[in-house]
Amino acid sequence: MSSLIAWILRAIPFGTIIMYGAMGEIVTEKSGNLNLGVPGIMYLGGFAGFASAYYYENLTANPNPVLSVVIALLCALIASTLGGLIYAFLTITLRANQNVTGLALTTFGMGVANFFGVFILNGSSYSAAPLANKAFAAKIPVLSGLGTVGQVVFSYGFLVYAAIVLAIVLFWFLSRTRMGLNLRAVGENPATADAAGINVTRYKYVATLCGAAISGVGGLYYVLDYNQGIWATTEQIEALGWLAVALVIFTTWKPLNAIWGAYLFGMLYWLYQFLPSLMGISVPSYATDLIQMVPYVVTILVLIVVSLRRKKENQPPASLGIAYFREER
Amino acid sequence: MTKATQTVHEPLLRIAKRDGIPFGKKVLVRAVAILLALVVDALFIFFVTGLNPLAVYGVMYQGTFATPVRISWALRDLATLLCVGIALAPAFKMRFWNIGGEGQVLIGGLATALTMVYLGSSLPAPLLFVAMFVASAAAGALWGFIPAWFKSRWNTNETLFTLMMNYVATSIVACMTNIMRGQASSLGTLNKATKAGWFPVLFGQRYTINIIVVLVLTFAMYAYLKYSKHGYEIAVVGESENTARYAGINVRRVMIRTMIISGAICGLCGFLIVAGKDQTISTTSAGGRGFTAIIVAWLAKFNTFYMALISFLLVFLERGASEIASAYSLNEYAADIITGVILFFILGSEFFINYRVVLRGETHKEGK
Amino acid sequence: MAQTQYAIRLEHVTKTFGGVAANQDISMQIRRGEILSLLGENGSGKTTLMNMIAGIYYPDEGQIYVNDQLADIRSPRDALALGIGMIHQHFKLVDVFTAVENIALGLPKGERFDLRRVRDKARAICEKYQFALDLDQKVYEMSVSQKQTLEIVKVLFRGADILILDEPTAVLTPQETERLFEVMRNMRADGKAVIIITHKLHEVLEISDRVAILRRGCYVGDVLTADATEASLTEMMVGKKVELDIERPEPKDPVRRLAIQNLTVYNAEGIKVLDDVSFDAYGGEILGIAGISGNGQKELLEAIAGLQHAAPGSDVKFFPPEREHQPMELLGKTPRAITEAGVHLSFVPEDRLGMGLVGSMGMTDNMMLKSYDAGHSPLVDRKAPQELAKEIKEELGVVTPDLNTPVSRLSGGNVQKVLVGRELAASPIVLMTAYAVRGLDINTSYTIYRLLNEQKKKGVAVLFVGEDLDVLLQLCDRILVLCGGRVNGILDGRTATKEEVGLRMTNLVKEDAEQ
Repeated sequence: MSSLIAWILRAIPFGTIIMYGAMGEIVTEKSGNLNLGVPGIMYLGGFAGFASAYYYENLTANPNPVLSVVIALLCALIASTLGGLIYAFLTITLRANQNVTGLALTTFGMGVANFFGVFILNGSSYSAAPLANKAFAAKIPVLSGLGTVGQVVFSYGFLVYAAIVLAIVLFWFLSRTRMGLNLRAVGENPATADAAGINVTRYKYVATLCGAAISGVGGLYYVLDYNQGIWATTEQIEALGWLAVALVIFTTWKPLNAIWGAYLFGMLYWLYQFLPSLMGISVPSYATDLIQMVPYVVTILVLIVVSLRRKKENQPPASLGIAYFREER
Repeated sequence: MTKATQTVHEPLLRIAKRDGIPFGKKVLVRAVAILLALVVDALFIFFVTGLNPLAVYGVMYQGTFATPVRISWALRDLATLLCVGIALAPAFKMRFWNIGGEGQVLIGGLATALTMVYLGSSLPAPLLFVAMFVASAAAGALWGFIPAWFKSRWNTNETLFTLMMNYVATSIVACMTNIMRGQASSLGTLNKATKAGWFPVLFGQRYTINIIVVLVLTFAMYAYLKYSKHGYEIAVVGESENTARYAGINVRRVMIRTMIISGAICGLCGFLIVAGKDQTISTTSAGGRGFTAIIVAWLAKFNTFYMALISFLLVFLERGASEIASAYSLNEYAADIITGVILFFILGSEFFINYRVVLRGETHKEGK
Repeated sequence: MAQTQYAIRLEHVTKTFGGVAANQDISMQIRRGEILSLLGENGSGKTTLMNMIAGIYYPDEGQIYVNDQLADIRSPRDALALGIGMIHQHFKLVDVFTAVENIALGLPKGERFDLRRVRDKARAICEKYQFALDLDQKVYEMSVSQKQTLEIVKVLFRGADILILDEPTAVLTPQETERLFEVMRNMRADGKAVIIITHKLHEVLEISDRVAILRRGCYVGDVLTADATEASLTEMMVGKKVELDIERPEPKDPVRRLAIQNLTVYNAEGIKVLDDVSFDAYGGEILGIAGISGNGQKELLEAIAGLQHAAPGSDVKFFPPEREHQPMELLGKTPRAITEAGVHLSFVPEDRLGMGLVGSMGMTDNMMLKSYDAGHSPLVDRKAPQELAKEIKEELGVVTPDLNTPVSRLSGGNVQKVLVGRELAASPIVLMTAYAVRGLDINTSYTIYRLLNEQKKKGVAVLFVGEDLDVLLQLCDRILVLCGGRVNGILDGRTATKEEVGLRMTNLVKEDAEQ
């Protein structure tokens, strides 16, 4: 039982990272843009959030935790939005190939985060922003103390709950609002949206920028909460970014599915550590390496099942990956 | 009323599609893009480090050209990157988004390493090399075959499928290296004592064979795509599956065959990395080349000679950046930034080759 | 001159695509409370002109006045704001959306977003014009005419009082067309300006008040429909009086080449698109296939060519020359297997650049599309295809800068010449053509008729899927009418009347035909 709880306590924060990444990518893909720069954007968000919090803590005499949260969030949003802007300008305005541009953005974001990260590390193997970490990871007071339920449900940083709220808001936005309807139309059939008087370019830009901003929060959450506010081995962000892309497929482009899908991915990802002890068996370390592929294999299976069933509602946005040019003949 | 020659409220800028552009102009557009990118990179270097950008570029140049050994290193890296690019070219020409080069290289490298370790002492050298070659190509081919089979049957999205296959390969490599290393903390060099399965030294370097193999592949793939029946089929399938079926081309077979070839060459690249370059295997053996090579293949429009040029540019930047890193005690991630900027500019410059911007009041003189 | 009555006035509008003027210095007016037919051959620039009014294209030169105000229409949104709504030939609908969602697309801000209110208002419009439309149905489940109805409701919902319909009847049955015309008359009565793009003369005469004619991108003029006849309109449309008689030699010793029995085909969605089709085709004759587009013509030809799976029980037999007693089964064979079995089957598909040719390749590479695999060498031989390309270029007068210029850059007529030229060069025994003259100018069309007749005289069995009944009746020896995927009679081309064929293309006559 206790290892199950420990498993859940690990899976939910893990899931939250990729949930942000995936929700951002859902918004982006709903506009017809397949942004493979998610890992790069998460790097940018994570780095900017950490760097700002770090400098705020170290350069201010009496740093305020709330202010540090605000500063970190703001910087993460701005940095990841700028990353999204590069992608948006190249693919929407200049109509560059989306896959290639996304991959270039991943290279770029990784480079920026790691290059400037060195200035913060300044020779040491890791540096930390403990105050920001405390603020980001603060559990819900009182409720988190209510036994097992309190522990499992209420003992996470606020971004975990914000992610759930955001998923619900996105669901409502996409299915119930004018702009959500218009956005989906842009991703399905931009020519139709255009003829209906929707500004396709603006929608694509806004969706891509907002999507990048949301994805960036995933990187921020990784560094300042999940990774205990430590800037050190950051290679994992790339893997998490790709896992977020996988999660988008798993959700069949529906934000509500991202909630349970992300936690399921978290459970699967940590399967190797908790399942053996839960079942009371010991597994050699090489087998744990193998179990790590489970989330990806599950995603592949979902991909196959979706393609097999061909249900129209579960398909990717119809114009995903295709640039739109009105005067195309 | 007199004939109006101009509209009143025309938008300031409009975009119109081009009908082809002379070769010289194409080259010019790209050259300008690279130049602009280098200027942006110079600004970046200057503002971040305060260093004289020209001096920095000078040092970068040294990174590749300072000594013959460095040139040979650059050629080695060029060969590795180009090899993956060559592997991806037929798939991309078929409009099959093989994002799985990374995994195909890894699994090929793993197959090579396993053959080296477990057959290294029992097989004579020539046979061992054959076994390594076959194992690596087969493993890579399998990694290419799986997504292709599903795509050909149920139109399963190959971009996402191949992407996921990378991580499956990574897990398997992690698992197998874990088994191979036993109690040791890392795998280390394979067959250190016997050097079984290591490429022989040619002209002073073990990786000379890598360079030769990739050189041959460059010509072979160019010819394959341009002059062979298979290459023709790939081009037709890439343009329109309907046309391919109409022409009697078995689309499924071409798709699977091409992905087997693409995967096999990726696997072969893993072979070259393990036998000619690293003499070991790890989850980072492919080093992101599976992704970079996509950009190489795409920008070169699948022409292997252009691919060599672009690969060279990227390798030059990478080596240059690590040279800056050691000379100015920066770090080599600068290479990723500089590369990213250059790629952005080249990608953006394609726009000016395919479209033209019409200013307000400008009429279509060239059209009439 | 009372200018206030003009809904739209165009002044010297020009639009150029890649050096070719699609519209050249066009000035015309559209009044309120009238139905204007915009008449012209395929490729005469009708759609381009209307697209500029609807904000899809922006004119290179000239001005557009809406309600006598100089208008700057940069996007469909601008057009809608000016009360201009266009129903495109290719529907602009989102497949996975319901009808209501499609109507709600792009509604201007201001009003509170409420799908229920949209539904109520849309229902009121449906009732006013008597549209039968399930507003909660997904578009991908709708029939073509339902989709078109939805398009009209959409435009009316946005309060358009200038409506442009781009070839709305091309996909409709005569009954549906009649209903559409009724709707258009109601709109006219409402004081709206209605423009219908068409090249069907009888519809022009039936529905419109005035006819404006375009020819090769230029404005020819306009006439009141009351003063026009089919002959006078044709003359304006094509520039000179057209010799409508097409050569039709008597078939010489027709030999049975194809026997189609109980051919049934289901499409990817599982809908029956060909239903128990049986007929024979003979060498030395042209068999016309008539029908409203989308009634199984495409699937019929593709099934014979080995590109469609036929349901069990279907049968297509080919009778080889000299060995007529040894028929050969074609179903179940791939196109490659059919060729390898020695069946010279040539096929000019409807989608020229999407199926018959590779747009990004030049003439030479396109010549070898079906023959590249010949011989045992792993390399392709480009010598013979290049010779053939040269030959076709000269004989058919293909205008192309170079044999390696991508064929997608050639004009529609030249593209078709390349395709037909290649298919005829394969010395066919059976030749199938789908809409072989669609979008071609008169001269090219006659070249195609001549080539088909040459094949017929050589003893080739020609299957000619066409849309223009006049052509079908003057070119073909027999005419098979398809309706809802079924054979609705095979008529003698020399005695059948236009009305007879037209009637059989609709469902109504089917019952009679079967009795």
